[in-house]
Amino acid sequence: MNSQSLVCGPHAHSMTSISNVMMLVILALLPTTLFGLYVFGWPAIFLFLVTIVSALFFEAICLAIAQKSITRYLFDGSALLTGWLVAMTLPPWAPWWIGVLGSGIAIIIGKHLYGGLGQNPFNPAMVARIMLLISFPLHMTTWIMPAPLLSDGAPGIIEGFTITFFGDAKFDAISQASVLDYVSAELGRSRTLESILPETFSYLNLTLGQVPGCIGETSALLILIGGVMLLITRTITWHIPVSLIVTTIVLASICNILDPNRYPDAVFHLTSGSLIFCAFFIATDYVTSPTAPTAQLVYGVGIALLTFVIRTWAAFPEGVGFAILFMNACTPLIDHFIRPRVFGRNRSGKPLLTNTGGK
Amino acid sequence: MSFAFPNFRAARKLLSIRGGVHPNDQKILSSESAIEQMPLPNLLRIPLQQHIGALAEPVVAKGDIVDKGQLLAVGQGSVSASIHAPTSGLIVAISRFVAPHPSGLPVPTITLRPDREERWTDLPSPLDLEKSTPEEIAKRVASAGIVGMGGATFPSSVKLNLRNRFKLETLIINAAECEPYLTCDDRLLRERSADVADGIAFMARALDINKIIIGIEENKPDAIAAMSKAVEGVLANVQIVAIPTRYPMGSEKHLVQVLTGQETPARGLTADIGIIVHNGATAYAIHKAARFGHPLISRILTVSGRAVKRPANVEVLIGTPIVDIITHCGGLVGTPSRLLLGGPMMGQPIANTRSPVVKGSNGILALSHNETRRDEIMPCIRCGNCVNACPSGLTPLDMNARIRNEELDSAVDIGLLDCVSCGACSYACPSNIPLVQSFNYAKGKLIVQQRTKQRQEETKRLAKQRNDRMERIAAAKREAMARRKAEKAAKLKKHTPEKEIAPPSSSSPLIAAPNKSAEPLEASVEPLITEAAQ
Ligand code: SF4
Ligand code: SF4
Repeated sequence: MNSQSLVCGPHAHSMTSISNVMMLVILALLPTTLFGLYVFGWPAIFLFLVTIVSALFFEAICLAIAQKSITRYLFDGSALLTGWLVAMTLPPWAPWWIGVLGSGIAIIIGKHLYGGLGQNPFNPAMVARIMLLISFPLHMTTWIMPAPLLSDGAPGIIEGFTITFFGDAKFDAISQASVLDYVSAELGRSRTLESILPETFSYLNLTLGQVPGCIGETSALLILIGGVMLLITRTITWHIPVSLIVTTIVLASICNILDPNRYPDAVFHLTSGSLIFCAFFIATDYVTSPTAPTAQLVYGVGIALLTFVIRTWAAFPEGVGFAILFMNACTPLIDHFIRPRVFGRNRSGKPLLTNTGGK
Repeated sequence: MSFAFPNFRAARKLLSIRGGVHPNDQKILSSESAIEQMPLPNLLRIPLQQHIGALAEPVVAKGDIVDKGQLLAVGQGSVSASIHAPTSGLIVAISRFVAPHPSGLPVPTITLRPDREERWTDLPSPLDLEKSTPEEIAKRVASAGIVGMGGATFPSSVKLNLRNRFKLETLIINAAECEPYLTCDDRLLRERSADVADGIAFMARALDINKIIIGIEENKPDAIAAMSKAVEGVLANVQIVAIPTRYPMGSEKHLVQVLTGQETPARGLTADIGIIVHNGATAYAIHKAARFGHPLISRILTVSGRAVKRPANVEVLIGTPIVDIITHCGGLVGTPSRLLLGGPMMGQPIANTRSPVVKGSNGILALSHNETRRDEIMPCIRCGNCVNACPSGLTPLDMNARIRNEELDSAVDIGLLDCVSCGACSYACPSNIPLVQSFNYAKGKLIVQQRTKQRQEETKRLAKQRNDRMERIAAAKREAMARRKAEKAAKLKKHTPEKEIAPPSSSSPLIAAPNKSAEPLEASVEPLITEAAQ
């Protein structure tokens, strides 16, 4: 477009930009990120940096291949955010190449193969997570107990470097299954929840994040703070997270009341795993979620339903990733059929009837 | 939120419109400067088209000396308005001149050199509010050439006459002034509230309505207070309502919804639900026409923006060159990034500052660089800001995508024609996508398509008529031939020679009456021009 055609109304602007929006999301991610890096120590920090740098690297290469302006797109914040989100979903002590691979999948396959910014049907970070999970189940489910930076027994900077870049068997000893994996496995051995839960599960720990898990998904409280930041800055609207969370609560409560020994309650569902994280940061991804409010409600409910079904009855304890990818695929359909009601028309698009009418 | 004085009916809780945006209103730049009179310019350029509808037809000639208020050009057709001399002087030219339109294309324009005598023409006698009939008032408004002063420039008398076609209940005065920067209505309501109230009384009488609602955005508390005082004892059943400050509150149908809770049907008029909306500045013009016989020859407009030296509200004669007005306000500071006629949301770039202001011009803005939008366009990230901003419940991102694919019909399917071109979507878009521009382009293209289609159909119809006629002639010939043969055969039988050939009967299709059912060419072009948000 030449500059002449740009002189068009409105001449005032809200002055938001893509990079503004991306920065707001990153700001909202900061509390949980910093906490995650703190509790998981140097290996997590190295992994985080490797993931982000490689995301920017892949982005630059893809832009160059697609002959797009690198100065304009590389720093719009979208690749930074994608890399960041990928890092959030990795096990803290995963080797460096998992991070690089994750970023590569997200940026190349998840984003640029579909045409770049705004064109991808699936959330790139989720694509990366699921592909890694399927290809490297062992690496992707090796969780460690939190060992905060500088605390006793936490790896120092050198050790951290070794863990991330060369792998170190010494620390395998303290690796653990995540709560969800554990519960799911033990339920498989036909134990009841009542006897399993006390062994592994404390609501307080889950809320505060003193549990094994991905870098960015351990503290439900800090994620919630980030989510509220997104809502306050109007970066997202309430529709997706609220519908997703409320549906989960309702489903879990119903099942829990019916058979408390088989089905954990709502708080367990919300605080364990990445449900809250995904509700605020992944499901609300602009590009892959519906745009109209009602459509967003449908989308949120859909994710919650699928997640619950997968978590409860299928082999994968962590169902929210699959649920989001599935609903991503449904987004164009939802968007097409659920539009806002047009002013002066009824839901089916016919003009409203006049009540007084012409003489 | 509502504002009501004790002696008025308590305002109902207002319904909110969907969507809308909250631009920085910047009204403080000019809201505290009182209306000032602009001195006579050296030349006035008066375009013959300052309204929606057909060009006015000049009734004066080059070299004529005219009086102030004298009729210069007569409105043609049902939706057109007359034009009067803003001051006395000499007609130096009637020719094409750049119009205040972004295209900068010339339109027929009368150029008047003021003689500085300000000699009034014979004015019609003042009307009396109680004694005049609705017809008289409507006629006066028509002869004064008054159009909607909020920017829509629809002839006001046509709207006043809607009482003949609709059952009307409520008159709404639109004084929302939701465009940022503009303060001329605010000042008018504050300084000349009694005159505005009087104009509203005339409107109500012409429409035979006694329920009146005056909607003013709540960021203008002084105007609300002044009007509340002014209507006391003048208007009986009136409500002054402070409406939330939100763009596009002044969009006609949305204002109606906020004030009455009623939603105007799509493609319909507010009159369909018994409501007429007039602008506050129009009421003032009607007051002048009714009480003094003055035609519409001047208006108040706001000159503002950070690139103008002395922001102000100025009363100017119609036809004053924009450059003169800017000079009157101290000129420009640096090079403005945008020079606009109208507000920053719906205003149009000024292609040539020598072009004049017209009846619908409510502001001249000179915006500095950091007051306007940036211009690099990014891809759509489907953030939904535009969907949430749209007051009409549309999905601008989808409409834009369809228009870019040249799928105009499918864009219409999802509401292109319900778009009021308010620009809220573009305002909110983080990717700076020129959404409204694309919608206006598509609407324009649809009109052209429709015209072409009609023209083709007309041609087809004419061709068919011609074919039919030829067919009938041929049939008649065959018939005549057959008859002659039969006659010959009969003659042969009778052996009686007869020379006369039967003339074609008068009922022959050959001279059938021409087809009178030709449809008017323009009849079905839907009016795509929307009521502008003021
Ligand atoms: S506001 Fe702009 S970027 Fe966001 S969905 Fe609409 S068109 Fe796309
Ligand atoms: S310009 Fe049209 S599509 Fe955009 S917000 Fe206004 S009405 Fe909606």
